Amino acid sequence: MNIASLLAKKGPKVITVQPEQTIRQALALLAQHNIGALVVVDGQGCPIGILSERDVVRSAVRDEDVFTKTVSALMTKDVILGVPQDDLESVGRTMTDRRIRHLPVVDQRRLVGIISIGDVVKAQRDLYRGEVETLQLELTEEHGRPAHR
Amino acid sequence: MTRPGTEGEPLRVAIVGAGPTGFYATDQLFRQPGLVVDVDLFDRVPTPYGLVRAGVAPDHQKIKAVTAAFDKVAAHPRFRFFGAVELGRHLSVDDLRAHYHMIIYTTGAQTDRRMGIPGEDLQRSHAATEFVAWYNGHPDYRDLSFDLSQERAAVVGVGNVAADVARILSRTPDELAATDIADYALEALSASRIREVYVLGRRGPAQAAFTNPEIRELGELTGADITAHADEVELDSLTRQALERAPDRATQKKVEILQEYARRAPSGKPKRLVMRFLVSPVELLDDGRGGVGGMRLVRNRLYATATGTLQPKATDQFEELPVGLVFRSVGYRGVPLPDVPFNDDWGVILNEKGRVLDAQTKQPLVGQYTAGWIKRGPTGVIGTNKPDAVETVTAMVEDLARDIHLRPRDASPPGVERLVRERQPQYVSYQDWRRLDEIETRRGQETGRPRVKFSRVKDMLAALGRA
Repeated sequence: MNIASLLAKKGPKVITVQPEQTIRQALALLAQHNIGALVVVDGQGCPIGILSERDVVRSAVRDEDVFTKTVSALMTKDVILGVPQDDLESVGRTMTDRRIRHLPVVDQRRLVGIISIGDVVKAQRDLYRGEVETLQLELTEEHGRPAHR
Repeated sequence: MTRPGTEGEPLRVAIVGAGPTGFYATDQLFRQPGLVVDVDLFDRVPTPYGLVRAGVAPDHQKIKAVTAAFDKVAAHPRFRFFGAVELGRHLSVDDLRAHYHMIIYTTGAQTDRRMGIPGEDLQRSHAATEFVAWYNGHPDYRDLSFDLSQERAAVVGVGNVAADVARILSRTPDELAATDIADYALEALSASRIREVYVLGRRGPAQAAFTNPEIRELGELTGADITAHADEVELDSLTRQALERAPDRATQKKVEILQEYARRAPSGKPKRLVMRFLVSPVELLDDGRGGVGGMRLVRNRLYATATGTLQPKATDQFEELPVGLVFRSVGYRGVPLPDVPFNDDWGVILNEKGRVLDAQTKQPLVGQYTAGWIKRGPTGVIGTNKPDAVETVTAMVEDLARDIHLRPRDASPPGVERLVRERQPQYVSYQDWRRLDEIETRRGQETGRPRVKFSRVKDMLAALGRA
């Protein structure tokens, strides 16, 4: 299974922020949309970084003026980007191994979505549940319908 | 005003599409504690069960038996089925909005993805799904024809549909006769001259989507020897590294099975099944008369994307495969429903966790929901649609608690029945379907088969005494 099916039911909205916006503006977006990270995009809409609540918290501990800083000053620049055809399994492994909580997904450099580690875990859980459900059905119904064996 | 969902005012729900997801969503609604729900389940064909009837291969009766669980759901006194009723033809979204508090679209992924290569539209190049619907007796596909006088066929793709098509092409007439395959398909396949079937995967054996039982089954056919190319089932270094990092017994086993096939000597069976990996079709070749005369393949090697997924990349090595019949099985897409917002990027209804979104504002549309493949795309097995339907029903219950639902003009069950009767007098109820089911099963018993299917709507209606 690839990660396109995770994006398919997340709606078309990806909340983004520009690098020159302030942290105050970025925090307002995080709160308004109840999310944990923003994709930072350039003028062409290409992802150039990611700003997570953790980035802000870490900076706030040592810097009283964090609110007026720009997004580009705090964002993580070395971002791993996914593509819709990436396998759920390798994405899950990479996110866990590298401790990445949010993965922007691009299609021919166009930002098409963002998936969180929570999305990945839920999709994996649903796949396992679905397999168990199917096996249970086959076992019980086969048992209950000897004429059709 | 009280909120719907009580004995006095039941929550009225229309579900469009009577496949597994339609039944899972129905079941989930009936299980909500303290909620009184009426479910009307619609389908454009007269028969329920969606792909369990029209997709699951006829030689997999064990999987088809899951319909018994759906019949249990349908036995609920507040359930009704309206078969042969099509959204956009007999009823519109506005009709549904005028009669229900909530609507769920569960129409599945009804079309296939194209390969996007020259020659794709030549004669004898088909979507595997059409072949599948044909041999399963789907009324819309029963009149298609496939040229089985060809000797060599290629199936592009290594998912479960590709495995089904390869297996059905390789089965003996006796094996097929023991299934509920459509009569005309049994006849055509019994006269088939196909003796070589190629199954083509663009990645390596470890990345192939089909499951180990499916691959094993291909190696146990009465009438076909299986083989693979030793160099193509050998693991490349990237795959080997990935498996060392994260050992996976099922994948290792899959590769071992395929490697064993590569070593197998032919045992003289009449047909041959050839599993190919790391190849992609780049062109279907014209035989000079507008039909497929061959296929040009490019060999691939794997590379790792940023997230570590191994993807194919074309090399400069090409070869020609002398096939006269091609079935593409490289993915599926949903089909837009009239007046329901669609997300073209993913081929699904525009939605967020099952809530249908307005195309302009991207805000949820009141009372409209989706579940299953038309919500998330074609992934997983039949049962995967259960957690998916649960997610959608959870959203519905949340919305109901906030009093977000449609305000139908006429929410009475007889009102819908009147409307359907007016637009489609020949609609089929669940009771009608159970009668058809009985007749099909009885016809099967006479010939030692699980059932003999009706494949024409008019034959179904005639059997119900409505000539």
